[in-house]
Amino acid sequence: MAQVERQKLEADIVCVGMGPATGGFLTTLTKEISEHQGESYLDSKVMPGMPLQVLCYERADDMGFGVSGVVSRARGIKQSFPDIDWSQIQMAAPVKGEKLAYLLDPIGASCRSGLFKFSDTLIRSLKAVLPYKDEALEMPFIPPFMEKHGGAVFSIGQFNQWVGMNLMSSGQVQIWPGMPVEKPLVENKKVKGVRLVNQGVEKSGAETEMFMPGMDIEAALTVVGDGPVGAVGQYLDEEFGMPQGHHKHEWAVGMKFVVQLRDDVDLEPGTVFHTFGYPEPEVFGFMYIYPGKVASLGIFIPSWFDNPVRTAYRYLQHWMMHPYIWKHVKGGTLKSWGAKSLQESGITGEPHLCGDGYARIGEGSGSTNVLTGSGVDEAWTTGTQLAEGVIELLKAGKPFTKENLEATYVAKRRASWVQEEGKVAEKSRNGFSYGVIPGLIGMSLAGFSKGLLNIPAKLVAPHKRYKSLEQYFAGKLSVQKIAEIREICKKANKTIHDEIMNACGWPEIPYDGTLLVTQQDALLIGGKVQAQGGFADHVEFIDTDICKGCGMQVCVEICSAQAIAPGEEGVPVFDREKCVHCGACLWNCSQELPQGHGVTNVKFGAGCGGLHSVEN
Amino acid sequence: MSNAYSIIVCAGLAPDPLQRLEPMDTPTGPALKNEMMLPAVLDPWAACALYEADNLAKKLPGSKVYLVSMALKTKLQQVMMVLSQKVPFELVAIDGPSNGFTDARECASELAQAIEAIPGLDKDKMLLFGGWESATRAAGATMQILGEKLGVVDQFQGVDKIEIEPSGAIKLWERVEGGKQQVSLCESAPVMVGWATGELPEPPNNPQVGMANMRTVMPALQKAKSAAASSSALKFKGVTLPAQVRETRIEKDMPVEAIAQELVTWIRGN
Repeated sequence: MAQVERQKLEADIVCVGMGPATGGFLTTLTKEISEHQGESYLDSKVMPGMPLQVLCYERADDMGFGVSGVVSRARGIKQSFPDIDWSQIQMAAPVKGEKLAYLLDPIGASCRSGLFKFSDTLIRSLKAVLPYKDEALEMPFIPPFMEKHGGAVFSIGQFNQWVGMNLMSSGQVQIWPGMPVEKPLVENKKVKGVRLVNQGVEKSGAETEMFMPGMDIEAALTVVGDGPVGAVGQYLDEEFGMPQGHHKHEWAVGMKFVVQLRDDVDLEPGTVFHTFGYPEPEVFGFMYIYPGKVASLGIFIPSWFDNPVRTAYRYLQHWMMHPYIWKHVKGGTLKSWGAKSLQESGITGEPHLCGDGYARIGEGSGSTNVLTGSGVDEAWTTGTQLAEGVIELLKAGKPFTKENLEATYVAKRRASWVQEEGKVAEKSRNGFSYGVIPGLIGMSLAGFSKGLLNIPAKLVAPHKRYKSLEQYFAGKLSVQKIAEIREICKKANKTIHDEIMNACGWPEIPYDGTLLVTQQDALLIGGKVQAQGGFADHVEFIDTDICKGCGMQVCVEICSAQAIAPGEEGVPVFDREKCVHCGACLWNCSQELPQGHGVTNVKFGAGCGGLHSVEN
Repeated sequence: MSNAYSIIVCAGLAPDPLQRLEPMDTPTGPALKNEMMLPAVLDPWAACALYEADNLAKKLPGSKVYLVSMALKTKLQQVMMVLSQKVPFELVAIDGPSNGFTDARECASELAQAIEAIPGLDKDKMLLFGGWESATRAAGATMQILGEKLGVVDQFQGVDKIEIEPSGAIKLWERVEGGKQQVSLCESAPVMVGWATGELPEPPNNPQVGMANMRTVMPALQKAKSAAASSSALKFKGVTLPAQVRETRIEKDMPVEAIAQELVTWIRGN
């Protein structure tokens, strides 16, 4: 194969991904550069006489595209911005109140266990004396480990934009959206920089007359903050392996709507709802109220939810229509929609945090705390810790070696609340391996005992958990009924989840074109999903023969945007123009490749396009 | 004779496609609700002009492309992060409205002042580019008035193609009715060119171009002059969005004849 002539660019530091972690890193670094202008330790090594050359490449088409709403204690963020005024950031408000509610099943279609059914019956019979209303039981208190008092609700999209604009205005860093990074440049186990993706190619990767080979960006330090499914993080995991005993088996896909509420809805900005129990016991929900009667609401579909037809979109609509939520949301207008994967292994999913020439920060570095339900603030804080470490090394004139980064960045991280609370959360969710109730008990044990107690379990990768449709719906749907549904869907070449849910008793969604819209309309009027040409498909099915023998096709059922559809002979078809880059296909593939190591048959690479909404 | 030109591209911003636009009344006239939150792009018609300008500049050594843009400074900064990677240019920024409700005459005045202030500009070697139409409002009127204010009398609208002959004469292909083009030969610059869609695709993102542009973009944004355009001379009786009917369905491999027939049936039924 002919060697491609690539352009090369040199920088001092190159960052991958402009999320909260990189925001924390760059905010801390630019503050130092601004306050100590002209000092020699901040001079560029690659452009003598100039200040440090710091570049950041973001795959999304703009800063703030494709992320979500959040409730956070925002401790790390407030440390960076001690005088932060949330009213200066769009779609943000201080937390004013939190509610935790167990949602009963008002329809009777969910696959809840006998214990849950008994609970529902008991709650209804005692509703006169319980805090019960609208088919929900409001908990009298929020477990302290989940509380976010003193924090804020905000749109990560708007927050990222605010941070990014401040950074660009400083003139100290350059952030380039719409520029995906293909992989790190690794030589002799040292990371030398990154390679950007090829442009001017067909979906297949074939060159066109506009072909421009991805440029190599060489830098003394590569900061990897490309999230849970980022291409660079995946490459490093494969190249360097995971530390002994660590794994990334726990995932979730979060899907949400942003809704303009009716004028008569009187929920105070900063109000937070957490729910569990419905539409399936495994599905957790949230609703955050922003100023201007805008709500961000959604659900999480965890990897330990064993339903192989785990559609997030329809479950989200049924959850939204639960009486407890619907009374606020009914009559509203859909403003935005989006989805993303969450790495929920926490500290157990922590990869090697640094090596020669690179450091990892944020969600992809295992910073998310699954007990407190918090990730953004932790990600931000790991970014600030890396920046502090980098500044120390620059002052000392030391190179960015594994040893030096461990002595600075990693040492700061280990000594911080991120690590301390991460350890408490480490095994808190293991109980979910056995079911929802053991999971909730395990969380409570870990939370109240500060991590001393938990329910032990050996966690397995998602692809090793799947049950067949017949097993999962045993007692709910007959084998014959499932076979009929399979046949109907195969003939119609469509996903199976809608027919299965209909058969289970879930009512059809009464589309109104305003709030209850089809999934395709959610892409267009919600996510404003787009993909410019000239880039290769970033989702590939590695061995199509394996797809042909799969039979489950969870990748098709879970796909947040219907970008993966049933294809001929069982080989799914990927439509790049619909993809929102949530990455759910990566961890939902049920087929491990023959070489093992947990690598499945879906390759999820770097690509641009996706959501074009900043209201997420 | 030197064929080096100052190619000045005038470009506004438009909301990123598919955004929900909500017009609202303010004390200073109509505006878009949550305009600051709407992601923006360079007006696609003007973007075509920019890519054509870059293509022309590459063929004519010594030529230089200026991008003159009036928009809210923060939105300009956002758009520049993506646009700067496309083609080399020098930004002339004007901090002002770009919501589509600005009077064409006032907008043209601001642009004219900014262009007149470009150091060392030789108007006899000026190619004034812009969009013929706009994603927000018709830009043709703005470009025409701007040309007049700058004394550019040779004006062409709906241009698909431009060529510079060795003599310095400028050949232009303009769209006319019936799917035809009118070809004109203009003896020399200056000319005003309102571009249709041009012939060039969107260039790939080039990090080196971005780095080079950013050295001038950030200073240009920092010294962006505030526009005086206030719409004071223009009164809107009302602003509404056209009613929309949305029916989405997915069709794979549907023959174009069938799509056309369905559209015809639908139009006749309405």
